[in-house]
Amino acid sequence: MDRIEFMKHYRRFEKGSITRRDFLRLTGLGMAAAALAACAPAGGNATEPAAGANLGDRLDLATWPNYHNLKNFEAFTAQTGVNINVNVFGSNEEMLAKLQAGGTGWDVFVPTNYTISTYVKLGLIEPLDLSRLPNFDEASFEARFLAEARVAGDTNLYAIPKDWGTTGYMVNTANVTDKMTSWKQFFDLTIEKYSGKTTIHDYQLTSIGNALCYHGYSFNSVDPAELAKAEEILLAVKPHLFAITSDYQPPIRNGDAYIAMAWTGDALQVKRDIPTVEYVLGSEGGEIWEDNWAIVKDAPHKDAAYAFLNFMLDPNVAAEETNGHGYPQVDQRATALLSDAMKNDPIMYPAQELLTPLEFGAAVCLTDENRAELWARVKSA
Amino acid sequence: MTVSTRKTKLTTALLLAPASLWYLLLLVAPLVIVTIFSFGERAPEGGYAAAFTFEQYLKLPTRSTPFINTLWLASLGTFFCIILAYPLAYYLATRASAQMKSILVALIIVPFWTSFLIRTYAWITILSSRGIPAILERLGLVQDLVLLNTPFAITLGIVYNYLPLMTFPLYVSLERLDKRLLEASKDLGANRWGTFWQVTFPLSAPGLITGSMLVFILLMGEYLIPALLGGGKIFFVGNALVDLFLQSRNWPFGSAVSMALNFIMLVIISLYLWLTSRLGGEGREEVSLF
Repeated sequence: MDRIEFMKHYRRFEKGSITRRDFLRLTGLGMAAAALAACAPAGGNATEPAAGANLGDRLDLATWPNYHNLKNFEAFTAQTGVNINVNVFGSNEEMLAKLQAGGTGWDVFVPTNYTISTYVKLGLIEPLDLSRLPNFDEASFEARFLAEARVAGDTNLYAIPKDWGTTGYMVNTANVTDKMTSWKQFFDLTIEKYSGKTTIHDYQLTSIGNALCYHGYSFNSVDPAELAKAEEILLAVKPHLFAITSDYQPPIRNGDAYIAMAWTGDALQVKRDIPTVEYVLGSEGGEIWEDNWAIVKDAPHKDAAYAFLNFMLDPNVAAEETNGHGYPQVDQRATALLSDAMKNDPIMYPAQELLTPLEFGAAVCLTDENRAELWARVKSA
Repeated sequence: MTVSTRKTKLTTALLLAPASLWYLLLLVAPLVIVTIFSFGERAPEGGYAAAFTFEQYLKLPTRSTPFINTLWLASLGTFFCIILAYPLAYYLATRASAQMKSILVALIIVPFWTSFLIRTYAWITILSSRGIPAILERLGLVQDLVLLNTPFAITLGIVYNYLPLMTFPLYVSLERLDKRLLEASKDLGANRWGTFWQVTFPLSAPGLITGSMLVFILLMGEYLIPALLGGGKIFFVGNALVDLFLQSRNWPFGSAVSMALNFIMLVIISLYLWLTSRLGGEGREEVSLF
């Protein structure tokens, strides 16, 4: 009996569905089996841990909801004896605030691209020791994605791209007959034709960024004159919005909204249930993002953290991750292992000409005071 | 000093220690920190940088809308709570049989065994276009009715969630009402309406004020209802604070906004204390908040 089965029996015991005698018999067997398993070589399809490494029995991971294939975690635990303790967060800001306050005990976390430079400046992460990550193959990662895990004037990698996606919008073509392709249409049609049927993110980076795209400016602009133009369009659209929310699946699903500013994963999930929903990337540009694996500088279980990252960088494991959560991989070796249906999915892998104008969000957008105040004015309006 | 009095003092101190520590660590200390932060500056990467400046307080007018929204909808919500809770509490205290009373009290309390978040989330489904509007449309009463993400939805969420906080203090003050006073009023020739306004209502005032305070004070810090039932379109102080501390990571300005909110509360509570002490009487001790 392995750990997982042991835990299963343990939970059953907690719930009172097995007798104490049964439990003791099972645990006795379990302990014997666990001792044997520790001597036996690790099995499975994934990489083996470094010989003789004592990784401890615990790893603390801070991540987003529904963002991993739990089968991979189970395989890692079976192989190394390291249990993964998962902490789930709702926003990068929350994660940053926790790490900045200190004493989290986290080992690995999954920051989004635009926060990496902030973590480096605050001394919360340090360059990764790539010699401890033999599964990482730089050549199979597109340079554009790796650049986001570096900081200016430094060739070190501070993190490794985990998966990526875009920010576009969902359109339910059952209600919206216009062929939508741009951010200009997103805002104009909301005002003219679909008043009360559109949602935008409750997030200044994307909502202001896409309003900047409306005018053809950079998604990341902090130019006051350009921001003023973006404010104009946001104030004009506000009375026509159904909601300012990042929880936009419910209104799209129950028909309250026809158009919703959306991230890749939500669009994939909704389209699975409502085939009339299409995902549009604005032709003017917009956001491309990546989440990264990073190791906390003061990680209490650093060896386990490196072993875990190396395990997750195995192309087979990475491909299984995508099969589990649906976000595209950066590692081309992993992408090659995906099903054709996934590789040809226009939401997961949009056409290259749509991706080219997209920009990675910049850290400056989150620290720029004008953007923060602009957003407060829009929400107050 | 005798041994026994010393012992008593020690016992008193020991018994008070947990509560005192609680207040020091979780009320006084955070308040001191927020006060210090409110005079600071935003660090370049967000957070707090030490300084002594009034800049944050000077920026407060940029957040006047959330304050106005909150004050307005908190007042409206409190008003509707009173309108609904008073007849209910009156019925419970004076008219209902013992059996009816326990059934009604259970009906008021039982929904609150479910989490606030889940109950509020359930209203999204009820108010969304597939809920009440769909039913009314099928009956041919309305067309294209939007209930969710409107001021109406927020007010409804407020009244639904806060009604018991108004009902119970009112119930307590009405229940303890001396029935002989009502008889006396009748004997002296007052009609039912006169008795209500001259005897019942003034004697229930402490409960009314306590209930209003409970509802109003909690509403001033409300964050969830405007976010879930208002669609994030009506900015409350609570939502402004969340944005300041999390999205723009401007802790000093967030602290200044918190201080302003605390100040408004202080004014309201002073008013409350003044009103209750003026009303005086026995009712006060029975239902006072403090």
